[in-house]
Amino acid sequence: MYDGGKIITGLIIGIGLIAFPIWLNAGKAVKKADPKLPAKEKQCVEPTQYMLTNHMEVLDLWRDSVVRLGDRYFISFDGKKYRVSLQNTCMSAECHPKKKEFCDECHDYMGIEPYCWDCHIEKGEKK
Amino acid sequence: MAFDRRKFLKVSGLSVLGVWAKSAADALAGEKPGFGITEKLLHLFRKPVGFASADALTAKKWAMVIKVRNCPTDCHACIDACDYVHNIPDAEKMPSPRHEIKWIWQDEYKHAFPDQQHEYVEERLKKLPFLLLCNHCDNPPCVRVCPTKATFKREDGIVMMDQHRCIGCRFCMAACPYGSRSFNWVDPRPYIEKQYPEYPIRVRGVVEKCTFCAERLAIGKIPACVEACQNEAKKHGREPALVFGDLEDPESEVRKLLRSHYAIRRKPELGTGPQIYYIV
Amino acid sequence: MLEKAFVGGRKYWIWMAFLLGVIGLGFIMYLWQWRYGLGLTGMGRDVSWGFYIAQFTYLVGVAASGVMVVLPCYIHNYKPFAKVTILGEFLAVAAVTMCLMFILVDLGRVDRLLNMILHPTPNSILFWDMVVLNVYLFLNIFIGWVALSAERKDVPPPHWIKPFIYISIPWAFSIHTVTAFLYAGLPGRHFWLTAIMAARFLASAFCSGPALLIVFCLIVRKVTKFDPGKDQIRTLGGIVAYAMILNVFFFLLELFTAFYSQIPGHMHSFIYLFRGLEGHARLVPWMWTFVVFAVAALVLLIVPATRRKLDTLLVGCVCVIIATWIDKGLGLVIGGFTPNPLGKVVEYWPTGPEFLISLGVWATGVLILTALYKIAISVREEAGIYKA
Repeated sequence: MYDGGKIITGLIIGIGLIAFPIWLNAGKAVKKADPKLPAKEKQCVEPTQYMLTNHMEVLDLWRDSVVRLGDRYFISFDGKKYRVSLQNTCMSAECHPKKKEFCDECHDYMGIEPYCWDCHIEKGEKK
Repeated sequence: MAFDRRKFLKVSGLSVLGVWAKSAADALAGEKPGFGITEKLLHLFRKPVGFASADALTAKKWAMVIKVRNCPTDCHACIDACDYVHNIPDAEKMPSPRHEIKWIWQDEYKHAFPDQQHEYVEERLKKLPFLLLCNHCDNPPCVRVCPTKATFKREDGIVMMDQHRCIGCRFCMAACPYGSRSFNWVDPRPYIEKQYPEYPIRVRGVVEKCTFCAERLAIGKIPACVEACQNEAKKHGREPALVFGDLEDPESEVRKLLRSHYAIRRKPELGTGPQIYYIV
Repeated sequence: MLEKAFVGGRKYWIWMAFLLGVIGLGFIMYLWQWRYGLGLTGMGRDVSWGFYIAQFTYLVGVAASGVMVVLPCYIHNYKPFAKVTILGEFLAVAAVTMCLMFILVDLGRVDRLLNMILHPTPNSILFWDMVVLNVYLFLNIFIGWVALSAERKDVPPPHWIKPFIYISIPWAFSIHTVTAFLYAGLPGRHFWLTAIMAARFLASAFCSGPALLIVFCLIVRKVTKFDPGKDQIRTLGGIVAYAMILNVFFFLLELFTAFYSQIPGHMHSFIYLFRGLEGHARLVPWMWTFVVFAVAALVLLIVPATRRKLDTLLVGCVCVIIATWIDKGLGLVIGGFTPNPLGKVVEYWPTGPEFLISLGVWATGVLILTALYKIAISVREEAGIYKA
């Protein structure tokens, strides 16, 4: 192979760099996601399994409904009426008031950081 | 049997197709100004959501009348109320006055109406505070130039802002002849005095402005500035300066005021059709 | 052909390394701006577009000017220009790339850029600007590459490239017209609200672009074995002269309308730029520099003796470049925002980081230009065209 040594060294360095996240986290155990569910409320606006997999779709629909159509109320699959609002409904005192205990649990586990909370605030958030 | 399997399949297949076509047609036909073809297509296969509440305040064309002479110079009730319920950062704490965010603010006559200014203008007028805010134009230039429909005009006349969609190009700020749009030059969060938990904050890099309190109208409340003005006026036993209502309703208070008073608008010659009327 | 950009002498590599250093510095500054927000720049609620958009506007002109060598060559069959069309096309590629980058660094939320395509909005001029600029970029890369590949094999360019060349000519006019429309259709901005804006933009483009091209041709003549040709450079000089005359003429038309009509809104921006308004006069020295260089350029370009002599032509072209850059790269955007819609004067000046980010974008453009010119010239040196 022409310039074989250089190519192989380059390949090793390249693969090492690409694999950076793997060896950075090697040997560390990731805490299992354990979102805290509301004490009183037993049912979300959609079936739990659907919310688990599709809550971003629900939120996307909600924001377009609120901001673009001005339709700010919603009838859930089980016939209840809700105000369409991440801050005032989803994150209300009865449901998921603490971002850390609910949202962050799975997001941290998945290693994702949705930017919802750049703008939307928790009720009890301190400055 | 007359209704055999083949026929059953045909009928059910057709009806499924029919239902789908109906919902597709409904979705595409709806004349919702906030929803263009793209949004309709994006939402075609999802459940429809949302409706307006029965107690929401609705109108064909929202407008505001400002009775300037009822507005005392030292009163900032409307501005403070707006700043609080919309989480607007405190200008004095911000790194530069260039970065100020303004939804509703006071300025002098000569700046509110630069074309009407003359040397011998009435002494009292010179000192009166003029409240400035988004004019919710009939023919808004900001909406015309926005490349993503992040700002758009609702059916009820409100020029709305979709903070989720804005890319921060600031074309709307160049287009607005009233200086009513503010850009988040820095993260506003550290400069918010007291967070109002029911309304979001904005992120750096998007444009914002007055929305006639669309979020309050939806739950049956009048705009925060108007409410604050009414409360303050009642406390001091005077007439409120801010009046909000439906211009298409001949019996509304705004129409009554415009019928009986001479009202002016800012830069009407530009054809933007501003919906804030000033009674001086 | 791309490999030719990766072989070069010591000087070539020092130059490229220097550009990469400037780009790196600009990139670091951009990361800072990305974290902190556009508040890092001198822009604010009153002057909400600044140095970035001004550079963008200037460079759209440079990009459009490629047509000034393509048009005589293909429409008027002025064959001597065949040697320089490639330089014009590659200059356009570098300029459009810089334009797009200046738009990107000016956006508040670059991460949402795709909203422009996800929610296409034909009533927005910015939407059309995105379309015309990207198509123009594609056309120039494509035409330049195909023509150069053919030249390398010593065969005439394929016939099917002709339609693309013919399309690229009106397209060059379109990019600058659409860019002018960004400004010329805004109510309440009197300085920009002028029907002659697109014409002014094109005139200033057709003098500043070819002037840059002359400078590059003279550099290429000096540092490489490839000679774009004295006659070609002189013909370009004539184009620059005509366009500069038109450019200054259009500017005077604006002055007449503003000051003979005496409408305050139309006069204010000019007064701010040339005399200062309400005690604010930051741009005044710049604008008078513009006047001095514009007059000097006109003299050097109109007098036949100085236009024909390559040394004085070079000086004239540099004067054109400086004058048009101040006019479009500073005066146009800042002047349009001053005074603000409330009649107040708020001054703007770019900050250090803002300037370094702009410098980084310029360096990227120069890097692309150097690499492309290197390729074009290497191909010619190989083919022995320079002997002609």
